[in-house]
Amino acid sequence: MSFSMGFVMALLGAALSTILAGMGSAWGVGLAGQAAAGVVSEDPNQFAKVLILQLLPGTQGIYGLLVTFITLSKIGLLGGAAATDMSLATGLTIFAACLPIAIVGLVSAYHQGRTSVASIGIVAKKPDQFGKAMLFPAMVETYAILALLISILAVSNIAL
Amino acid sequence: MKDMDYIFAVARIRVLEKTLLSDSDISQMIALKDEKAVLSFLTDKGWGESGSAAPSAEELLACEEEKNRALMREMKIDPRVFDILSYPQVFHNLKAAIKEICTSESVPGIFYDLERLGGKEMMDILREKEYAALPEYMREAAAQAYEVMLSTRDGQRCDIIVDRACLEAMRTSAKKLKEPMISTYVESQVAVADIRVAVRSVRTGKSLNFLKEALADCDAFTAAELAGAAARGEEALYAFLESHGFSEAVSALKDSPSAFERWCDNRLIETIRPQKMNSVSLGPVVAFYLARENEIKMARILLTAKANGFSEDAIRERVREMYV
Repeated sequence: MSFSMGFVMALLGAALSTILAGMGSAWGVGLAGQAAAGVVSEDPNQFAKVLILQLLPGTQGIYGLLVTFITLSKIGLLGGAAATDMSLATGLTIFAACLPIAIVGLVSAYHQGRTSVASIGIVAKKPDQFGKAMLFPAMVETYAILALLISILAVSNIAL
Repeated sequence: MKDMDYIFAVARIRVLEKTLLSDSDISQMIALKDEKAVLSFLTDKGWGESGSAAPSAEELLACEEEKNRALMREMKIDPRVFDILSYPQVFHNLKAAIKEICTSESVPGIFYDLERLGGKEMMDILREKEYAALPEYMREAAAQAYEVMLSTRDGQRCDIIVDRACLEAMRTSAKKLKEPMISTYVESQVAVADIRVAVRSVRTGKSLNFLKEALADCDAFTAAELAGAAARGEEALYAFLESHGFSEAVSALKDSPSAFERWCDNRLIETIRPQKMNSVSLGPVVAFYLARENEIKMARILLTAKANGFSEDAIRERVREMYV
């Protein structure tokens, strides 16, 4: 079974969506998790609030996974009819379409993690300000969602 | 350790900051009737060992100091940081040991109880003149101060030699550590200590040579500049301080000696206050440690004042700003 370079590039784009966005999420959730553990070690009552803040940077990994599924479906790998003879131009186009969520997912998840750490600090000192504290990391999410939309639109509209 | 390695510790500190005494707590304590009421207030705030019978003021404060140190040990903070912060205690033990040996007078409780270089160890080293057993940063000062005390019995000169060595050691070690918060704090501490010495020297008519021997350099000014200004008199010193960003110190000095002492402590708290907005570095952890030390000091002032029947106004004049 032979694969065209175009098919390999499309597959690489799909893989990067999950790898980079997932790395970012793991990083962000890890940072926020350390802060959450610090708060819970002194005030276990805040567990639910800090858990929500910890999970916020985890969405980028899910977005990356979603784009990977759409891409794999697009190139026929999930349906059993893989477009293994895809042209290099088409493969590179799919690769490029995957980059927004891959790169923005990585960067935004890291920064969302740091913002979550700061917000967990707010909850630690003023638990009643949880609503406001959650808004700060949620703002970072905007850019991950924009990147997700662009990747989905681009991958979906590429003609094989 | 990198800044991001302190995320857990800083989050823990954020919760603990809620337990620090606030300015309104201090106001409440000032309004209390006597020392017993202040002790009861502090016990209600969680000070002392839970479940223990009514502790004395000294027991309560010693317990809180130990809790503060234990917390820092738990946080696994770089030991070099707390080495720097403990220099004043180590150098105090040096001064106390020199005086105890030279005067042959034993004063109970004069030494800080330290794991290394406590009273007995320090006295043994000095008696044997084994200066090599001391940390490098204090060897020269120890030898010099000991010789001065032995030959002249001048306790004040002995003090200034040791105090200056302490400030210089803190500054050198802080620079090596490369932690911005520690450097800023130490610089502030050296500047405040220098100003305190300069003010006292001017008011007691000390010579330029005395000032040069007592003052240490800092980023805000050089020791020679401050010594020169102080040697020219009080007005020249005030003008110097105002031109170097210490106009609040001058206002406090013109107000009263206790207002100046309050400014000195408040200045250090102002230096660490930005750490309340920092969420990922060593700074907030060290700031909490210093804030706890400040509130223990404040509690000691209040308890002593209440025990000696000071008026509310007299106590209020001595009240320091709190971190939270």
